[in-house]
Amino acid sequence: MNQVLTSRSALEMSATHSKDALASHQTVRTPDPDAHPSRLRADGVSVFYGDKQALFDVSIDIPEKSVSALIGPSGCGKSTFLRCINRMNDTIEGCKVTGDITLDGQNLYDGNLDVVELRARIGMVFQKPNPFPKSIFENVAYGPKIHGLARNKTDLEEIVVTSLQKAGLFEEVKDRLHSPGTGLSGGQQQRLCIARAMAVGPEVILMDEPCSALDPIATAIIEELIDELRSNYTIVIVTHSMQQAARVSQKTAFFHLGKLIEEGPTEAIFTNPREKRTQDYITGRIG
Amino acid sequence: MSDLSNQTKAAGEDRHALVRKGLARRHRTEWLFRAAGLTAVILALGFVAILFTTIVSKGLPAFQQAYISANVQFDPELLNLDPAPERQAGQSQADFQAQSFAWQRELAMLNWNALVEASLRDLLPIGFEIDSRQLLSIVETSERHRLREMFVADPSLLGQTVPVEMLASANVDNWLKGTINRELGDAQQQLSAPARQLADEFYENGVIHMGFAWALLTNVDSRSAPASAGLAGAFMGSLYMLLIVIVLAVPIGVASAIYLEEFAPKSRLTDFIEVNINNLAAVPSIVFGLLGAAVFINYFRLPLSAPLAGGLVLTLMTLPTIIIATRAALKGVPQSLRQAALGLGASRSQMVFHHILPVTFPSILTASIIGVAQALGETAPLLLIGMNAFVAQIPTSPMDQATALPVQIFLWNGNENRNFFEARTSAAIMVLLGLMISLNAIAIFLRTYLERKK
Repeated sequence: MNQVLTSRSALEMSATHSKDALASHQTVRTPDPDAHPSRLRADGVSVFYGDKQALFDVSIDIPEKSVSALIGPSGCGKSTFLRCINRMNDTIEGCKVTGDITLDGQNLYDGNLDVVELRARIGMVFQKPNPFPKSIFENVAYGPKIHGLARNKTDLEEIVVTSLQKAGLFEEVKDRLHSPGTGLSGGQQQRLCIARAMAVGPEVILMDEPCSALDPIATAIIEELIDELRSNYTIVIVTHSMQQAARVSQKTAFFHLGKLIEEGPTEAIFTNPREKRTQDYITGRIG
Repeated sequence: MSDLSNQTKAAGEDRHALVRKGLARRHRTEWLFRAAGLTAVILALGFVAILFTTIVSKGLPAFQQAYISANVQFDPELLNLDPAPERQAGQSQADFQAQSFAWQRELAMLNWNALVEASLRDLLPIGFEIDSRQLLSIVETSERHRLREMFVADPSLLGQTVPVEMLASANVDNWLKGTINRELGDAQQQLSAPARQLADEFYENGVIHMGFAWALLTNVDSRSAPASAGLAGAFMGSLYMLLIVIVLAVPIGVASAIYLEEFAPKSRLTDFIEVNINNLAAVPSIVFGLLGAAVFINYFRLPLSAPLAGGLVLTLMTLPTIIIATRAALKGVPQSLRQAALGLGASRSQMVFHHILPVTFPSILTASIIGVAQALGETAPLLLIGMNAFVAQIPTSPMDQATALPVQIFLWNGNENRNFFEARTSAAIMVLLGLMISLNAIAIFLRTYLERKK
């Protein structure tokens, strides 16, 4: 109930951000009574690349310890939104973000917030597996090392092993921890990247189409992993595959042309979409 | 339905025919392009081959030098001189030094040529008549200084007879190697008729023989004694400049490139800087020489002809090359690597130093070595800061007067004694090319080694 209220207040707030956007754009929200409470919230987030607006007034609550899927056709702004959450958009020249994203009530775009600390709390897995051209061990150990999370070598080894185990990769690589991470298969590389992100101990893991470069078997393994991880992490995943969204997520948000069209429990979105565009997309008529 | 499929089938056959028709032309274009490419490569290789054969065939003879094997007697009658002074008890340092200098001056005034002449006269074939000027003309003029230095180093030589390999004069060297036309009349020859005859006879009976021209590598330049002219001074000058360029241009260039590529916000200012760096790379090198003369020599009062000033000028000239090449290397790093590091919470400098630099290190290294090699071969800017001066000493510090290998080539190429220095010039080019090739070989070796290690 609380969640519906916040969503509504977000909407009211967005009205002050941009009046004309509101007329054409009102997110349809289906409340989920079983949803976990939200610590991560977006309020009226708009993103501009130079003069071009890529995201219009997006407000959404991300429930903790569950998987939220962002779906929508190419160029709809779902990846842009995802990248706002750990401020990876900062690295893009000419990108401007307005609105608020809060984690435990703290605004991530507050000038006092250190983006390095933020990214230690909100990890990210990218579309293309991008292990460092270093050993498997070094890949996972890098995050804890730079953040000073390990007191000594034994500590570090423990973190690496645990992370690899959590990513379901340890058994496959335990004999070659010191061979290059780039020598693994695509799926293994992606799990290595997930292990690398987890080694820092984040609360939230963002995944930007993590399976789009992988074959179906590797995809199935990663999906299973995501499902396991949700008991400990808040996961936001951008995906092109509606089946994947349906399989792994508890909450789904549909983006179209930079706007958040509809959000709600995954089951509701897929079985009973309330917005026509959502229905068109999940039945394959647009996209 | 079957009509339609028949139609598409027919259309398909039509299309196949069309494609087939164009194929021959496409293959021909392809073949032509390959042939053009191959011809270009062969032409380029051909020119390089011609260049190298010319230089090597001209330069190799200069590594051979005529030597005269003689027995020199340090005749006490000719070396009529008190023994070297020794410091007396109670004598002041200044007094002793003054005495030593007086002794050395007296030593220098002795007729060392008489020693040389006497040793040659011993070797003359029986009944051979030649006056002393003509006889001495077959020995390089530097040899009398060498005898004096031998004596200074070891005064106990007095009265002894020692075998000495003396450099034959450049004219004898020319005569024996045939770099001067033997048919020319007396008036056009550099050696007198008896001297030429003697050179031939000495060469036949083995008194004069050919040996490796060590002087070319171990001596400094000389104008009065061409056969003793060497590259050691120029080599050291080049080496000092090389060190200065490595120490200054590489770190400054790489750091600027990293800053511009990884840290600097895109703005009008950085665009302006970028355009100017690219322009600097295209500025003729002689302009950097003018700048060096105006700034380093006139304003900062750095010594003229010093490798320090030369090195600074070459640093300025090399910077744009290194910056541009390093930036190209950094641009080649996939964005995903940067995202991976940043996404984990690495700061920008951690991203650069932990991930970007290790990956680009081989390319940056190659870029630096190529930039440095380019600086090593540069002549024009050095002419404007006085590095084309004749320097008869090996520089012992970057503040000493010096010249550089390419400048030495330039100087030798302009030497009046053409038929001797033409080969010397090519030999100097060979030494410079050898140095360049080794630098590039190091670059290639390090690159492949580092890449394999990765």
